[in-house]
Amino acid sequence: MKWRYFKQNVFFVTIRFSAFIIALSIGAFLVYIFMNGIGAIGWDFLTLPPRDSMTKGGIMPAILGTFYLTAGAIIIALPLGVVSAIYLSEYAKQGPVIRLIRIGVNCLAGVPSVVFGLFGLGLFVVFLQFGSCILSGALTLGFLILPTIIGASEEALKGVPQTFREASLGLGVSKWQTILRIVLPNALPGILTGSILGIGRAAGETAPIMFTAAAFFTAKLPTSIFDEVMALPYHVYVLATAGTHIEETRPIQYGTILVLVALVLGIDLIAIIMRSYIRKKKRW
Amino acid sequence: MTRKLKEKIIKNIFFLLSLVSIFVLGLIVVFLFKEGFPIFKVVSVREFIFGLEWYPTYDSPSFGIWSLIIGSLVVTFFASLIAVPLGVLSAIYVAEIAPSLVKEIFKPVIELLAGLPSVVLGFFGMAVLAPWLQNTFGLPTGLNILNASIMLSIMAVPTISSISEDAIYSVPQEFKEASYALGATKFETIARVVVPAALSGISTAVILGMARAIGETMVVLMVAGGAAAIPESIFDSVRPMPASIAAEMGEAPFRSDHYYALFATGIVLFFMTLFFNLIADYISNKFKEVGSATL
Repeated sequence: MKWRYFKQNVFFVTIRFSAFIIALSIGAFLVYIFMNGIGAIGWDFLTLPPRDSMTKGGIMPAILGTFYLTAGAIIIALPLGVVSAIYLSEYAKQGPVIRLIRIGVNCLAGVPSVVFGLFGLGLFVVFLQFGSCILSGALTLGFLILPTIIGASEEALKGVPQTFREASLGLGVSKWQTILRIVLPNALPGILTGSILGIGRAAGETAPIMFTAAAFFTAKLPTSIFDEVMALPYHVYVLATAGTHIEETRPIQYGTILVLVALVLGIDLIAIIMRSYIRKKKRW
Repeated sequence: MTRKLKEKIIKNIFFLLSLVSIFVLGLIVVFLFKEGFPIFKVVSVREFIFGLEWYPTYDSPSFGIWSLIIGSLVVTFFASLIAVPLGVLSAIYVAEIAPSLVKEIFKPVIELLAGLPSVVLGFFGMAVLAPWLQNTFGLPTGLNILNASIMLSIMAVPTISSISEDAIYSVPQEFKEASYALGATKFETIARVVVPAALSGISTAVILGMARAIGETMVVLMVAGGAAAIPESIFDSVRPMPASIAAEMGEAPFRSDHYYALFATGIVLFFMTLFFNLIADYISNKFKEVGSATL
C-alpha cells in the first residue's frame, strides 16, 4: 500500500518539476534579455537610424519596417481568414470537401517558415516581379498567419450560442443577415484576440522575409510598398552573424532583441489579457 | 435580386474564399517545383537525396543533400528527447493536479514561450549557450547538435504541451471516477486510464512538435554550426536543411544550379513536414473521441 503512494509521490514531483523547468526557463530568459538590453535603450536608440556601418546609432528603420510588414500581413490575412472561418463554421456541412479544407488549413499551418520564404521568392519576387519589397514580404507573412486567424475565428464563431442564431432565424431574418448582425458582433472580441496573436507571430518571423522583403541596411525610409525595408528580427540576425564588429555591437544587439521581444510578447500579452477579460464578462 | 438568390451567391463566394488555404498550399508546391525541378537535369533524384557531398559553389559542384537531411533528423530527434517528456509531463501536471491559480498562470506562460521569436532563441544559443558548452566540455566550438537540440526543444515544448493538455482535458470524467471507485490511486488512474485514453491526442501533439522542430530555421541557422557532414557525436556541427537554404539563398546566383538545388531542398523539407502533418491529422481523426461511448 505504501509503495503505491510512494510511486504516486515520485510521479507528482516529476511532473511538477517539468512544469517548473519550463516556467523557470522562460523567466530566466526574459530577465536575461531585460538586464542586458535595457542599457542600450534610449530615445535616440528608438528614433535614429544606424550609422558607422551599423556599429552605432539606433534602430528606427527596423522598427518602422516591421510595423509596415506586420500591418500588411494582417490586412491580407484578416479578411480571408474570417471569411474562411465563417464558411467553415456557419455554412459548411460535414463532408469530404470540408474535410479537405480542414486538412489544407492544418497542412498550411505546418509549412516551415523557410519554405514560405522560398514560396514568396518564387511567386511574388520572381514570377510577379514585385522584387524584394514590403508588398512581397507582407503577402508571404499574410499567408503564413492565415491558419492562425482561421483557427481563432472559427473558435470564436463556435462560441456564439446556437440559440442566438435560432432566435434571429425565427424572426424571419435571412442567414446572411443573421451572421452579419448577430453572430459576427458576438464573435468579434474572440476574432480580434486571435488576430492579435497572428500579428505577434508575423512581427517575430525572420526566415519568410529574408528573401522577400528584408534589407541588410537601407539609407532612406521606404516611400512605397515596392521598397525594401529593414526589419527587427532580420536586424538581430544580421548584427549577430555578419560583419566584423560582432562583439563590439553586442549592446546594440541586446537592445534590438529587447525591443523585438517586448513588442512581440507585449502584443501576445494584450491578446491573452483581452481573452481572459472577455471570458469573465461573457453574458451567456 | 431575390433574397434566396442573394443568399446563394454569398454562400458560394464564401465557399470560394475558404478554398484559399488549399490554393496557397497548391501554389507553394507549384512554385517549389517550378524553381527547384531544373536541378534534376544536372543530378538524378537519387544522387540529390542520397549524395554525400554538398559542395554547391565549387568549380565542379556536387549537390548531395544526404548530410543535410541527416542533420535535420538528428537535431529533431535530440530535441524531441528533451521536449516530449517536458511537454507531456507538464501537460499532465496542468490538466490533472495543478491548483487553479497555477493553471491560470502556466497557460499564458506556455503561450508566451510559443510567441518568442525564433531569432531570439538562436541569438541566445549563439551568445550564451555556445560559449558555456565550449568551456564546460572543452570543445572546439559550442555551435553543435547539442546546442541546436536544446534551443529547438524550447520551440517544440509549447506545441507539445498545449495540444497534449487539450487531449487530457477531453478525457471524460466518468472514466476517472470509475477508476477511483475501483480503488486506484490518482497516479494509477493517470497512468492506466487518462493517458491511454488521451494517447491519440498526445501522439498528435508529439508529431506536430517534431514537425515544428524539423522546419524551424533561425535556430539551426545560428547554432547548429553549419558543417555539411554526417555527424559522429552530439558535439559535432551539422547543417540541417532549413539552415542551408537560409544561409545560401542570398549568395546563390539567380537561377543557377545552386539556386535550383536550394529550392529542391525546400521540396524535400516541405514534403517531410507535410508527411508529419498528414499523419497527425490522420491519428487525430481516426481516434477522435465522440462522447464517453468510445473506447
